[in-house]
Amino acid sequence: MKMKKSGLLLSGLAAALLTMVAPTAQAAWALNMTQGISAISRNIYSLHMMVFWVCVVLAVLVFGVMIYSLVRFRKSQGAVPDTSLVHNTKAEIIWTAIPIAILVVMAVPATRTLIETDDATKTELTIRVTGYQWKWGYEYVGSGVTVLSTLDRDSNFARQLGSGIDPNSVPNYLLNVDHALVVPADTKVRLLISAQDVIHSWWVPALAIKKDAIPGFVNEAWFKIDAANTGLFRGQCAELCGRDHGFMPIVIDVRSKADFEAWLRTQKALQQPADAAAPAAAPATAAPASAANAAATVRAAPARS
Amino acid sequence: MAYTETVDAHDHHDHPPAGIWRWLSTTNHKDIGTLYLVFSGIMFFVGGAMAMVIRLELFKPGMQFVDPAFFNSMTTVHGLAMIFGAVMPAWVGLANWMIPLQVGAPDMALPRMNNFSFWLLPFAFTLLLIGFFVPGGAPAGGWTLYPPLVLQGGDSFPMAIFAIHLMGASSIMGAINVIVTIMNMRAPGITLLRMPLFVWTWLITAYLLILVMPVLAGSVTMLLTDHFFGTSFFSASGGGDPVMFQHIFWFFGHPEVYILILPAFGIVSEVIPTFSRKPLFGYEAMVYATASIAFLSFIVWAHHMFTVGMPLAGELFFMLSTMLIAIPTGVKVFNWTATMWRGSLSFEPPMLFALAFLFLFTIGGFSGLMLAIAPADFQYQDTYFVVAHFHYVLVPGAIFSIMAGVYYWLPKWTGHLYSMALGKWHFWLSAIFVNVLFFPQHFLGLAGMPRRIPDYATQFADWNMVSSLGGFGFGLSQLLFPILIWKCVRGGEKAPAQVWEGAHGLEWEVPSPAPYHTWQDPPSEAQIAHGAEH
Repeated sequence: MKMKKSGLLLSGLAAALLTMVAPTAQAAWALNMTQGISAISRNIYSLHMMVFWVCVVLAVLVFGVMIYSLVRFRKSQGAVPDTSLVHNTKAEIIWTAIPIAILVVMAVPATRTLIETDDATKTELTIRVTGYQWKWGYEYVGSGVTVLSTLDRDSNFARQLGSGIDPNSVPNYLLNVDHALVVPADTKVRLLISAQDVIHSWWVPALAIKKDAIPGFVNEAWFKIDAANTGLFRGQCAELCGRDHGFMPIVIDVRSKADFEAWLRTQKALQQPADAAAPAAAPATAAPASAANAAATVRAAPARS
Repeated sequence: MAYTETVDAHDHHDHPPAGIWRWLSTTNHKDIGTLYLVFSGIMFFVGGAMAMVIRLELFKPGMQFVDPAFFNSMTTVHGLAMIFGAVMPAWVGLANWMIPLQVGAPDMALPRMNNFSFWLLPFAFTLLLIGFFVPGGAPAGGWTLYPPLVLQGGDSFPMAIFAIHLMGASSIMGAINVIVTIMNMRAPGITLLRMPLFVWTWLITAYLLILVMPVLAGSVTMLLTDHFFGTSFFSASGGGDPVMFQHIFWFFGHPEVYILILPAFGIVSEVIPTFSRKPLFGYEAMVYATASIAFLSFIVWAHHMFTVGMPLAGELFFMLSTMLIAIPTGVKVFNWTATMWRGSLSFEPPMLFALAFLFLFTIGGFSGLMLAIAPADFQYQDTYFVVAHFHYVLVPGAIFSIMAGVYYWLPKWTGHLYSMALGKWHFWLSAIFVNVLFFPQHFLGLAGMPRRIPDYATQFADWNMVSSLGGFGFGLSQLLFPILIWKCVRGGEKAPAQVWEGAHGLEWEVPSPAPYHTWQDPPSEAQIAHGAEH
């Protein structure tokens, strides 16, 4: 069944293939974010957990005192109010000073991480990301390779009002695309994010990157994925962008440096049909893409002004 | 002698005109307060019905009931109706009813403007809601109205803009009225630092309203001219900047958040001392903390926009300034807790709602602190974590304290005691379901579910179903509230002037129900002393 479905797919990219046959067991009842696949995403995760635990400790203390008061000082238990207790300078100084100290302790690592995320220097590859209603366009700067990434057909059929298709029967329902964004691991990649029509927001939780795509402006973000973390990672548009805002997912296909280089060479060859050598180069790639699919990519490539 | 006659003649006006004309023409602060509160209740159910549609569609994955565009209208108009239609008018209604009673004034300072500011609202919301029936459907770009998306709206776009102008004009007039009343009409002997906390928090809220509602009006007018008159304030192709709208909007929007919550602090600061039978702990600290929060609200706006791509210095500034808010807010929570400490507590409905506020608003405060941390906010921004956060501060925060206020003063308004049992049912159902509704949304957000989506990936199905069940339960439970109020208006045990054993304040010095005209003679020093508590 899955083979048949994948046969129907326009995409010959390994990304889509892998997506179709990959186990679809997903974390139900998930409670927390994941650590992600880069040093930055792990930093942000630890920051999140640190602030969370500080809040938990404070909550236990504050709610503890509240609950103790509710139990201990009940009128029905004969509690007599101490109406003279209306002011206590020492207590008030303490419960102003301690929160200040806690905030300073939290601000230091938060500031450090913020400065790190801002440092988009010494990047090795630049990809232009463009948001459209309702799809994502990617362009590998320098090589001219473009990818247009839209919701996959199975999800798109199933998500129509009254489609009668059970979303649970669609692998990676609403989180799958026809053409994934292929990126290299262990490489500092810079994203230049913009939009064509309205504001979108490019979000991949595993990278801890969420950056608004704003028409007329270019935002910068960067990531460096651990060498070991190859595979598919999914995200979604995070800024309301109209009717189909919920239906423009993001899939990144993280490959080793060598695999990525090979893929990029192939795509470059395929997307420049004027280059006579292009079709011959196709079989040399790690993840072969058929000429027909490559042509589809070219047709779908965004027209740029 | 002539003077006495005039006063007597005036007293005969105690009976308002009968029928609808009374409500259309009234300049009486109690009537106008009632109008505001009834209007707020209607909008609470209108906005609530939209929330039910949202939770119904999100009950399970797949699109079952509505088109995605209609879903976007639901989230957009739900937000506008709840903020501008339910919460803000409820506060103005409570201010109208209670501020003159609490400061010993015979009415609001500007009674005709008071009537006008109320009667703008039904027109404003009619204009907003008939958007559902015009080509293009109701506004669907989010209550935050971000361009360029909002400019894609249909015929309802200019209607919504005009509706917002009317709401803004109404709010500004209401705020002017509150400030003038508090500043000029306090009875002799009621100094600023003898005012009840509800009056204080409303005074500060009114200044916030006057400062920021014109900013909102300006920003939406710029949207209007961008759409119809060829300007390019927010369009990059004409040299403008869509992010500038977000800066202007949130310069309004963050103080707006405190406009929704500061009067809640005031109510809770009245209710907790009453049912702890102990004066409020740290009265002056409470006043200064409120003022600090109001000041900080003007310098934190861009924490709503950490992902728009600000310079590092901007992100750092807004992160650190936002974290500062935790300090005065902490002082307030500690002071309320200290008020209960060594008190003598009882748990009537107003106290129950105030306690739920104390616990659940604090949870909203904790998630707010997490959201302040800019790098972590890159993960939280525009997810259900944010939805959970602001619903925790607005539903068990603002709305529960409105309910606490209504339960606290309802016997003073109607002259009848209400059914404590029904009130407690309403409380427990609300308190349980509100957590079933909103707590799982924290998990959904952290697991990666964006907000404002009509359908979602299947791994989000479980918690969405729980949240929807909580939503339906919460929605149904709210039907008890108008039932209880209706029964209390119609009859019940006669309420004494001093409804609650531990209550202090001038509103308890007048009979229940409060006569149509009160404090035509200012309260005596003895009454003020009896009412004073701090």
